[in-house]
Amino acid sequence: MARTGFGRGQLRDPRLPPGQYDTGSSWPVLTAEVSPKLTADTWSFRVDGLVERARTWDWQAAHRLEPSTWEGDIHCVTSWSKLGTGFTGVSLDTFLAETGVLPTATHVVAWSHTGYTTNLPLAEVTGGRAWVVWEHEGKPLPHEHGGPARLLVPNLYFWKSAKWIGGLRLLDHDEPGFWEQRGYHELGDPWLEQRYSGD
Amino acid sequence: MPTLGPVTRQVPPGGARRRWRPAVVTGVHDETSSARTFRLRIRTMDDEGPAGRHLPGQHFDVRLTAPDGSTAQRSYSIASAPSPDGEVELTVERIEDGEVSPYLHEEIGVGDTVELRGPFGGWFVWRGDTPALLLGGGSGVVPLMAMRRYWAQTGRTVPLRLLVSVRRPEDLYYDGEYGPETTVIHTRQTPAGDPRPAGRLTAADLEPLLAGLPGPVAYVCGSAGFSEHASQLLVSLGLPAGNIRIERFGPG
Repeated sequence: MARTGFGRGQLRDPRLPPGQYDTGSSWPVLTAEVSPKLTADTWSFRVDGLVERARTWDWQAAHRLEPSTWEGDIHCVTSWSKLGTGFTGVSLDTFLAETGVLPTATHVVAWSHTGYTTNLPLAEVTGGRAWVVWEHEGKPLPHEHGGPARLLVPNLYFWKSAKWIGGLRLLDHDEPGFWEQRGYHELGDPWLEQRYSGD
Repeated sequence: MPTLGPVTRQVPPGGARRRWRPAVVTGVHDETSSARTFRLRIRTMDDEGPAGRHLPGQHFDVRLTAPDGSTAQRSYSIASAPSPDGEVELTVERIEDGEVSPYLHEEIGVGDTVELRGPFGGWFVWRGDTPALLLGGGSGVVPLMAMRRYWAQTGRTVPLRLLVSVRRPEDLYYDGEYGPETTVIHTRQTPAGDPRPAGRLTAADLEPLLAGLPGPVAYVCGSAGFSEHASQLLVSLGLPAGNIRIERFGPG
């Protein structure tokens, strides 16, 4: 008799979006580009485009902002999810409060120090939905996971959470980023399984 | 803001490639004691184009449905060159504590049907138009083999070199298929007569391969450790970071 094989007869964790599995304590590393030589001393974060005052923070300046910790679940489009994990950094709301946002801004392009880009509707990264983070589980964010600092947008597939984050540019239109230009979905909501363009 | 240079938007045409489609297993064979290749014929609906056409380096998503209706899906790299016959080969490494790969290995045979969606991937692809240096660690050789097979099929007009890193000789996928374009290095145990001592990839392994390739694009696929090490070696040898593509099965 054939085994049921996968599924293992366990009840599905309600925290898992469709098509996802729990990766447990591991945290897979996914990379498309060469890792940059980036440290706290050379990292910076810039917000420009449709803002009142474009601004760049270095490590010390960013750490003088009010910190916050987020805890929850993260989901990769390659179908692993990591449940109940925590990050510490600063909310994008805090950065944007310092630059101001012009009323015409509707989207952002997040870019990395590698040149990687990803696009997001402004509404998906404001109102307590996105952070620049430098700690994972109370320890410095590992370099292979985007340390010293990465974007965190936990409501969307993790390719939106750009590693080695370098800045945000606010735009009045949507501008597809690295993966979005290569067949992946424009938004990437895990609960709607928006994996590939057209999903 | 830095950019990766001009790119063109590559959305799969139509909806056909994104739909789950049944695929019948037409062949199964072992590559090693822990890796198995499945040959699949994708059913083509009347309104769809050639079912198996892909670019070397792309992957398919595979979905399995258990008798209780629960499903599991994973991405697997395509090992075969593009072919007009609607057949593709996926090589699947058995992950011992995995949920899907042991099932595929133990339960799926010729005549069985699985569901496929794809092909996907628009970054780690080789169209045969640039000199290519392919570096694969262990199972990371799979998408590179699609490139090497495509290169062989299209008459080897563009220079291509392949380096495969394996722990032991018995871990080598597609043994017997490689030609002089391929270098196999062993990290733990070498075959009899191999002058290179066992050890991880070094700049000395890569230098002669790069020397024969004008303006190459490097494709690196393997574990996170292998990919990081190999890509940093390439940078240290002067290859621009923008010419290096790394694959860990799609975005995070």
